[in-house]
Amino acid sequence: MSLGFTLTYLGLIVLIPLAMVFVKTSGLGFAGAWAAVSTPRVLAAVRLTFGLSLVAGVINCVCGFLVAWVLVRYRFPGRRFLDASVDLPFAMPTAVAGITLTTLYAPKGWIGQYFEQAGIQVAYTPLGILLALTFIGLPFVVRTLQPVLEELDAAQEEAAASLGATRWQTFRRIVFPPLVPALITGSTLAFARAVGEYGSVVFIAGNMPGKTEIVPLLIITKLEQNDYAGATALAALMLVISFALLLLINTLQRRMARRHRK
Amino acid sequence: MDIDQLSGAERVLRRGEFLRGMMGLAMGLGGGLLWAGCKPSGSAGGGKGRSLLNVSYDPTREFYGEYNPLFAEHWLAKTGERVEIRQSHGGSGKQARAVIDGLPADVVTLALPLDIDEVAGRGGLLSKAWRERLPMRSAPYTSTIVFLVRKGNPKGLRDWADLAREGVQVITPSPKTGGGARYNYLAAWAWAEEAFQRDPARVREYMRRFLKNVPVWDSGARGATSTFAQRKIGDVLLTWENEAFLAMREFGADQVEVVVPSVSLLAEPPVAVVDANVKARGTEALAAEYLSFLYSPGAQRLAAKHFFRPVHPEHAAPEDLARFQTIRMRDVEEAFGGWAKAQAEHFGDGGNFDQLQRP
Repeated sequence: MSLGFTLTYLGLIVLIPLAMVFVKTSGLGFAGAWAAVSTPRVLAAVRLTFGLSLVAGVINCVCGFLVAWVLVRYRFPGRRFLDASVDLPFAMPTAVAGITLTTLYAPKGWIGQYFEQAGIQVAYTPLGILLALTFIGLPFVVRTLQPVLEELDAAQEEAAASLGATRWQTFRRIVFPPLVPALITGSTLAFARAVGEYGSVVFIAGNMPGKTEIVPLLIITKLEQNDYAGATALAALMLVISFALLLLINTLQRRMARRHRK
Repeated sequence: MDIDQLSGAERVLRRGEFLRGMMGLAMGLGGGLLWAGCKPSGSAGGGKGRSLLNVSYDPTREFYGEYNPLFAEHWLAKTGERVEIRQSHGGSGKQARAVIDGLPADVVTLALPLDIDEVAGRGGLLSKAWRERLPMRSAPYTSTIVFLVRKGNPKGLRDWADLAREGVQVITPSPKTGGGARYNYLAAWAWAEEAFQRDPARVREYMRRFLKNVPVWDSGARGATSTFAQRKIGDVLLTWENEAFLAMREFGADQVEVVVPSVSLLAEPPVAVVDANVKARGTEALAAEYLSFLYSPGAQRLAAKHFFRPVHPEHAAPEDLARFQTIRMRDVEEAFGGWAKAQAEHFGDGGNFDQLQRP
C-alpha cells in the first residue's frame, strides 16, 4: 500500500507532468524538435546554463563545506543567527533575490562600483549569472552536510591524533571520507536547482542573445510567442541533459562509495 | 533519479511486489477520479453576492482599484445587486495564457489586442471578432510610447533619430518577452519608415543601430524601469506614457522627464468579455455592463487620472488632460497591417527582430 501511495504521489506530482513535456514535444516530430533546439542561439544558452550551473555547484561545494564546518565546529556569538540565515535563499522569492543582487552589483551599485573600478563588470555578464546561481544553491550543501558533520565521532579523530597522525592526515583520512556522499548530494542539488533557475537570473543577466541568455529565458520567450511546441522541445532537451548529468553524478558517487568501503 | 530509489525499485521487482504496487497505484488514481467526479459542478447563477473576475495586466492595478468600487455602486443602483469584483494582475501574455489554461476570467483587460486574439483563437473562449463589439476597437483608454530621460535631458534626445546615435544607451524590455515592449520597437520602426521614405535598407540600418544601443534586455517593463531609474543605467527609457508618469511619481520629477517624439504609436489596451466563461457562470449581463461602463464619464475621468488617455476626453478633469502633450500617433493597423502580421514578421523566430540583432 505504501508503495502504491509513493507511486501515485510521484506519478501525479513528478512523472505525469514530466511525461507531458515529451508528449507535447512529440507533436513537433523529432526533426521539428531538433530544428527548434539546434540553433546557435539555443546551443549558446545551453552551454551557458549548464556550464555556469556546474561552476556554481563546485563553488557551493567548497564554500558550503566551509560554512557548514564553521557552523558545526565553532562556537561564536551570532552563530544561531548565521545558521538561520543560511536558509534565506530558499525562502526569498527569487525575483527579490535577483533584483537585490542586481541593485548591489550593478556598475553604480554599492558593491558593483568597486568591481567597476577594478575593471570587472558583474551585473549583466555571465559573472552576474554565476553570482545568482551560487546564491540560490548555497543552502543545499550546508544543510546536507551539517547533520553528517554533527554525527562525526570525535573519538576517531582523537584516536588518529594519539596514533601520531597530523591534523591534515586526520582530516583527509578520518574526517573527510564520510562527508563525501553528503557533499556530492548537496552539490548535485545545488547544480540541479541552478539549471532550472529563472526568477533571479533574468534580472541580473542582461539577457543578451548568445551571450547572457539562459535556457529558461528562451523557454519563456517561446511561450511569449505562443510557440508551445518549441518551448516544450527546449524543456525536453533540458530534461534529457539534466537527467544524463544527474545519473552520471550518482553513478560516480556510488563507485566512490564502493571504493571507500574497500 | 536518486540511487536509493532505483535500487528500491529493483528490490521490488525482484520480490515480485510490483503487482501489489501497481494495484495501489490504480486504487489511488481511481480514488482521485471519483473525488473529481463528486466535486460540486459549476457555481453558476446564485442571485446575490455574485463575483466578477477581471484578468488584467500590471500597470492597470491602480485604475481598476478605483474603477471597481465605482462600478459596484453603479450596478447596485441599477439592479439592487451587490457584486464583488476580483482582480488579477500580471504580465499581459502570461495572463492570457492563464485564461486559456482555465483561469475563469469573466473579462480580460490586457495590454495588446494580440493577447486577446490568442484567448479567442487558441483558447476558443470568445468570438474572433471581439474587437468589433465595443466602441473604439474595444479600447476604452489608450496610451502611447514616449521617452523618459534624465532630468535636463543631458544627451539632448528629442526624437527617434537620436536613439540610434553613437554613445546613447536605450533601455527597453525585450519585445520577445515583454508584450508592451513590442510597441517600443514598432514605434521606432514606424518613425523610421516615414523618415526614410520606406526605403527598406535605410530603415533596417537605423533599426540595427537603434537595437545596438540597448545594453540590457530586461524581460519585462518593471525590470526595465528599475534598470533605468534605480540602477541609473542608460540615457533613455522607452515606455508607455502612463507608465512614464507612474515612474515619475515614484522616482521623483526632479530625476527624470518625459520627451515626446515627433511621431509615436497608438497603444490600445483592449477589453473583452470571455464568452465561454460568463456563459458557464451566468454573468453575461454583468460582464457586458462592467466593460461598457468603462466608456462612461466617471470611468473616463478615472482613466485620465491614472495616466491613460481617455477616448472621451470631454469627461476628464482638465488638470489631468493637461499632462498629455499633443503627439502624432500612427496605429498598428495602418502602419503594420494588424497585430497578427506584425507579430509574425517582426517577433517570430527568425523574424526581423532576430535578424537585426545578428552581428
